[in-house]
Amino acid sequence: MGVMSYILEKRPKRLIYLDHSASTPIDSRVLKAMMPFLAEQYGNPSGLHSQARALASALDRARTEVAEVLGCKPKEVIFTSCGTESDNLAIRGIAFSAARAGKGQHIITSACEHHAVSHTIKHLCEHFGFQQTVVPVDRYGLIDPADVKRAIRSDTVLISVIYANNEIGTIQPLAEIGEIGRQLGIPVHTDAVQAGGYLDLNVDRLRVDLLSLSGHKFYAPKGVGVLYVREGIPLLPQQTGGGHEGGRRAGTENVPYIVGLATALKLAQDIRSVENGRLIQLRDRLIRGVQAALPDAQLTGHPTQRLPHHASFVIPGVDASTLLMHLDLAGICAASGSACNTGMSEPSSILLAMGIPPQLALGALRLTLGRSTTMDDIETVLEVLPTIVERLRTTHPNE
Amino acid sequence: MRRLLSKNMRERATVVVAMSGGVDSSVTAALLVEQGYTVIGLMLRLWAACSSQSNRCCTPDSVVAARQVAAQLGIPFYVRDYREPFRRIVVEYFISTYAAGRTPNPCIICNERIRFGLLLEEALNLGAQYLATGHYARVRRTEEGAYQLLRGKDTAKDQSYVLHRLNQWQLQHVLFPLGDWLKSDVRQKALCQGLPVYDRAESQDLCFAGENGDYRAFIAQYAPHLLHPGPLLDTRGNLLGQHRGLAFYTIGQRRGLGIARARPMYVTQLDTARNTVIVGGAEELGRDELFASEVHYISGQKPASPVRVTARIRYKASDVPATLTCLEGDRIHLKFDRPLRDITPGQAVVFYQGDVVLGGGFIE
Repeated sequence: MGVMSYILEKRPKRLIYLDHSASTPIDSRVLKAMMPFLAEQYGNPSGLHSQARALASALDRARTEVAEVLGCKPKEVIFTSCGTESDNLAIRGIAFSAARAGKGQHIITSACEHHAVSHTIKHLCEHFGFQQTVVPVDRYGLIDPADVKRAIRSDTVLISVIYANNEIGTIQPLAEIGEIGRQLGIPVHTDAVQAGGYLDLNVDRLRVDLLSLSGHKFYAPKGVGVLYVREGIPLLPQQTGGGHEGGRRAGTENVPYIVGLATALKLAQDIRSVENGRLIQLRDRLIRGVQAALPDAQLTGHPTQRLPHHASFVIPGVDASTLLMHLDLAGICAASGSACNTGMSEPSSILLAMGIPPQLALGALRLTLGRSTTMDDIETVLEVLPTIVERLRTTHPNE
Repeated sequence: MRRLLSKNMRERATVVVAMSGGVDSSVTAALLVEQGYTVIGLMLRLWAACSSQSNRCCTPDSVVAARQVAAQLGIPFYVRDYREPFRRIVVEYFISTYAAGRTPNPCIICNERIRFGLLLEEALNLGAQYLATGHYARVRRTEEGAYQLLRGKDTAKDQSYVLHRLNQWQLQHVLFPLGDWLKSDVRQKALCQGLPVYDRAESQDLCFAGENGDYRAFIAQYAPHLLHPGPLLDTRGNLLGQHRGLAFYTIGQRRGLGIARARPMYVTQLDTARNTVIVGGAEELGRDELFASEVHYISGQKPASPVRVTARIRYKASDVPATLTCLEGDRIHLKFDRPLRDITPGQAVVFYQGDVVLGGGFIE
């Protein structure tokens, strides 16, 4: 490559956004469904006048739509502000409720959880006397349900495992784990934030008692989430006030966003069998292309049991933050794992748990596709990425 | 214009700007955007003594400020993790220099090895032709094609002292857009454009030593042997008292010696081998010569010597006329026209001819 770089020469004509696991754009149909509640209908659903009734009715409809997707009763659906809040409410709500009832203080989780789960449990352990068992993952990031079973103690009050992981895309054998909890009467929570737009969310088939979702991962806006809580599972509210959401989550309901989430969730589930097939085709072309161009790049996560839009790698001899900067300047939005732009390079604990050496883990690259992704985009990435990697490997400014 | 680039050429040239969120680097970026360069903002995350604290060159507040400036200017902006090389290169130099009883100047090493070393390489690697910073200094290309480093036009803010170790290759690839600017005009420009106008701590402070730049607290943690008390002698060897540890003293220091004498006493020497502080009267402090080593010449060549120069023995000292004689290897001898009080081993001495930096080295 000459003096002039790919920054100027190879920059694609349009932005290639391959960070859909971080966030997605709002679907135009979703935005359309939201608009009346942003512009014309502004009442508080708790009131009794006509404006309030309109909002209450929209809220009811949204709750029913979400319940249909989850295969649950509408009253088992709690709307929250985000996936992290849903995880916090699930874990803290169950933990404090169980501890108060004298059932115990032991929580089982896995080594490949999002921080919203792992840091919440850590917080309970450090400040409230809870204990945790973290079940390991194999080299694909998979949990062995037998490990979960072995970790159960008489004082275990909650099992919380991720449905599909954000960094590596691996889909866990959730129903098997759910069955273990069900047989012993231990509530099972899953962080389904990454799975939401792509996988089966039927809570009975998944055998889970609590399930977290986040709207902006499936083309709804940021700032709205869902927590499903099975009827009869005791949950101590973490935010008190008015009696919203069945007394389990106080605060005036964010109706426009809730309507957006329900519309987006239904849409995603309606098209997922077709869209997943398209995404898998693109994803597999991307994975094969990267491995052909960079033979030492290693796919992270499971090769097939993974999210349809998710490709992740570790690339030896490359620093992820440097690679992402170069990709960005070349017009490609990518990530290394979970979103982080603080300029601190730390190896991901999930990659370490899978047995990937720390130095190699610093070269993590995640490309997550979406509805707007085309085969042209993939081919452009397959042209630009190897060029950048080669360039970075011939110079090591920080070595 | 130091570089006679036509507007067309500038539009094609890519410049990385080292951004800090402060007024100088923000205005630097704004000027380059105005001039038609393709500009990329980078901010360095540097090492800090306490992991819960930020290096004062990159606090969360300054990251936000720099990011806002970049957004306002419509340029890409990235925070780069330079903690490890900074620790390995600058902090290690600082500690080892201190341990040898010398007074380090980490900014000089940071500029030479981090900013205009690793960051410059990274900038070129990104496809940029230049790295720009908000330093008050100028680069000039002579008719023969050599690069000269000159003082900034604003003599009160001139930063050529901390840049004196740059070589021809580095100077070829740097831009100092503020070199022709007065600080007051920079501030005015920032106000006009709605850019942040606060100043970070001046660069002679220790950015990595935590709150208030207290290097003694830093030494207590990283070089505790420099905090062992020992004898405090006068120049004839008379015991005057105890010192609190060499780290608390510097050449020329008068305050905090803990001794009562009719006339003012100053630290004249720090003897690490014997863990001793030696003090004397004002007349014993002054010296009119020094030797320096690790001397770097901007041109890359030793000048014909002896040669008349003006020399600066500290960042904020004023120039003193002197005669420079090149010695074997990278050593020099400087004979000042009048005695100086605070010639401090470890500090850099930088020599000039008019506004042109000839080079500099470290005082022995």
